[in-house]
Amino acid sequence: MSIRAEALTYIYNEGTALEQKALDNVSFEIPDGQFVGLIGHTGSGKSTLIQHLNGLIKPTSGKIYYNGSDICGEGYRLKDLRSKVGLVFQYPEHQLFEVTVLADVCYGPRNLGLSEEEAAERARDALSLAGMKEKYWNQSPFDLSGGQKRRVAIAGVLAMQPEVLILDEPTAGLDPMGRDEILEQISRLHRQRGMTIILVSHSMEDVAEYADRLMVMNRGRLAFDGTPRQVFEHYRELEEIGLAAPQVTYLAYALREHGLDMRTDVTTVKEARDAILELAGMKGKR
Amino acid sequence: MIREITIGQYYPIDSVLHRMDPRTKLFGTMVFIVSLFIADNIWNYVIATVFLAAAIRLSRVPLRYMVKGLKAVLFLLLISVSFNLFLTEGEEIFRIWILRVTKEGVRTAGFMALRLIYLVVGSSVMTLTTTPNQLTDGLEKSLGFLKKIHVPIHEISMMMSIALRFIPILVEETDKIMKAQMARGADFESGNLIQKAKSMVPLFVPLFISAFRRATDLAMAMEARCYHGGEGRTRMKPLRYRRRDLAAYLTYALYLGCMIAARLLPAVLDQKIRWL
Amino acid sequence: MGIIEAAGLVFDYIRRDENDNIESVDRALDHLDVQIEKGSFVAILGHNGSGKSTLAKHINAILCPTEGAVWVSGMDTREDDRIWEIRKRAGMVFQNPDNQIIGNVVEEDVGFGPENIGVPTDEIWKRVDESLEAVNMTAFRYKSPNKLSGGQKQRVAIAGVMAMRPECIILDEPTAMLDPTGRKEVIRTVRELNRKEGITVILITHYMEEVVHADRVIVMEGGRIAMDGTPRDIFSRVEELKSLRLDVPQVTELAYELRKAGLDVPEGILSQEELLECLLPVLSGGSGQSI
Repeated sequence: MSIRAEALTYIYNEGTALEQKALDNVSFEIPDGQFVGLIGHTGSGKSTLIQHLNGLIKPTSGKIYYNGSDICGEGYRLKDLRSKVGLVFQYPEHQLFEVTVLADVCYGPRNLGLSEEEAAERARDALSLAGMKEKYWNQSPFDLSGGQKRRVAIAGVLAMQPEVLILDEPTAGLDPMGRDEILEQISRLHRQRGMTIILVSHSMEDVAEYADRLMVMNRGRLAFDGTPRQVFEHYRELEEIGLAAPQVTYLAYALREHGLDMRTDVTTVKEARDAILELAGMKGKR
Repeated sequence: MIREITIGQYYPIDSVLHRMDPRTKLFGTMVFIVSLFIADNIWNYVIATVFLAAAIRLSRVPLRYMVKGLKAVLFLLLISVSFNLFLTEGEEIFRIWILRVTKEGVRTAGFMALRLIYLVVGSSVMTLTTTPNQLTDGLEKSLGFLKKIHVPIHEISMMMSIALRFIPILVEETDKIMKAQMARGADFESGNLIQKAKSMVPLFVPLFISAFRRATDLAMAMEARCYHGGEGRTRMKPLRYRRRDLAAYLTYALYLGCMIAARLLPAVLDQKIRWL
Repeated sequence: MGIIEAAGLVFDYIRRDENDNIESVDRALDHLDVQIEKGSFVAILGHNGSGKSTLAKHINAILCPTEGAVWVSGMDTREDDRIWEIRKRAGMVFQNPDNQIIGNVVEEDVGFGPENIGVPTDEIWKRVDESLEAVNMTAFRYKSPNKLSGGQKQRVAIAGVMAMRPECIILDEPTAMLDPTGRKEVIRTVRELNRKEGITVILITHYMEEVVHADRVIVMEGGRIAMDGTPRDIFSRVEELKSLRLDVPQVTELAYELRKAGLDVPEGILSQEELLECLLPVLSGGSGQSI
């Protein structure tokens, strides 16, 4: 059970003057239950990549397998795939259209051919999963705050009951609290439901906190792929492609350069604190 | 696909035509279109070709780029050509099944195709060398006399210019919303007409909401930058006729004269022959 | 008197039903008093709904106070005949880069403001040239705004404001929709305008990294000012910031955690270099190692 991409290449406007290679020979496998952070600056190909994973874009060449079957193969039902691999676009609240929150979330399940009751059942389940309180369910989605709208939109995808959830910058434009809440909710889906998560983000700090694995895209290629620690070891190369490691990683390297026996595989504040306290010989005092 | 249409898109380089007053270009385009409709013999088309070729040359826009704009009207072109080709009565050249091709048919079809192609290329010479803003400025100034009968010509031209700016943005947005709904299992293709229309609701509602939001934002941004209608406004690029515009108008007169002469030429020759 | 001054400022968002009866009243600003010095760089923080955008819109006279008053360069924003003068002096840049660019060509957009206030043509060109240069966008002057990146679009928007020759620029979350590269571009541009041209800058943001260079940080909560001080003052109060549902930069938080654990680290650390400097003596002494 996994998503596997083989030599994925995608060219925009092929054969015209505006030809542009958005993906260039990208291969990887994401096993079930992994939390993957997908990073890259604007135009690096990450948005193109995730749209391939649920069949919204067909590769120019290369193959994508979901649970072993070729999703571009003859007779493969893309609609089934889209219910298995949920994709939450950037600013997903812009897709809301129904009169009430509940009705909007029902849209996905109804498209799957479920009965009204089953759809409503799934919608209620999804809304609770996304952390929307029941008192909002019969309100118009357009009366909600930005953060709440976004939860409704995420619930709209969760109601499809996907096995894999892909989110394209789910925290863009939110305030710090909204940011933390959404990320926490996603992490809970991962922990409690064992959902595979692919989180597209600009923020190294956010990704380092939650992801098991980082995939870094640059100019349509997969530049780095590994655990956050492995990837942030390349902090100098990351900078060259317009990205940066978390601040604490830089600090750790700086301490080490000054001759201290500091661990450099720290990516979060907590890890950095523990490492520095250990270095100061203060672990016992706490 | 919509993004590939070149009509109405500005090609940002510098040329005599780019620097010309938009009113001159508007008028020239009108003259050219009218001239195409009075054209009915080979000499007319030779003159029109020379005129158009000169304009294209002066614009310095690559011909390849202009021809690309024809893709949008290819279908229309094919239909009108085949209608003319097969449905014109006259001297038969050959026939396939029930389709008769006549000498007159070939002639009208050929002229028809040329006329359509020239129409599209001719108007794109204007849009490729004139920014939408200049174009609306030109329209505003040319139609300024309408203000006297209380037509809000400044507002209309401002609206057009803003619409042009937002078309590509809204096209992109439509694409995005469509994909987002498809990710929720939407199906925009299958079903009968009513089902299809119904399936568009999840696309159009968000699109309208987004357009309204953009409109509110834009209104606020314009107000914040002191926009308060056409009253007391100055121009960064005021329309002022220069010598090249005068030259252009003279060229138009000459061109139109030639076209009319060419049109009348066969008749005159005919007369002469009879006189002799 | 500062360039901007608000006294007892109250603003209510009033929602009415179809019959024009008042349905609900949301108090966005609640008796707010503030003064902003000419030439300063002020950052305003606060979560969504804390009233910071409402305050910004008052400075530009887009909103009119329910109670109290706002003065821009001594002009009362409630006076209708001063409104264009006020908007000229205090320009505004908004969050969504697409929804504030009017022109179809970069230079024409920059010229839009001066056109509106009746600046003569030659002068408009001069201002457009200077403004594009100030935000480093001259190379893009003939481009369509649709072909630019988010950061570049915001710089065009800033140039559009600069062309009005303002004394003050208010930026309402200008970086919220940008990627890290775009964010850096915009902040660098704004800082430069503040330093070189002496423009007063009011920057509203959610990103804590962007406020460390400000002269002054104001934190808003519930339509009032909750905290007000230099970045160092503000970031020394980590607990308080967290209770206001705000973040601190990673190094600031790390320093705070270390200090809490008993390490000798000062309060209000703002940058990695600072923390490094504080840590080196502590660590090389404490662990018995030398540099």
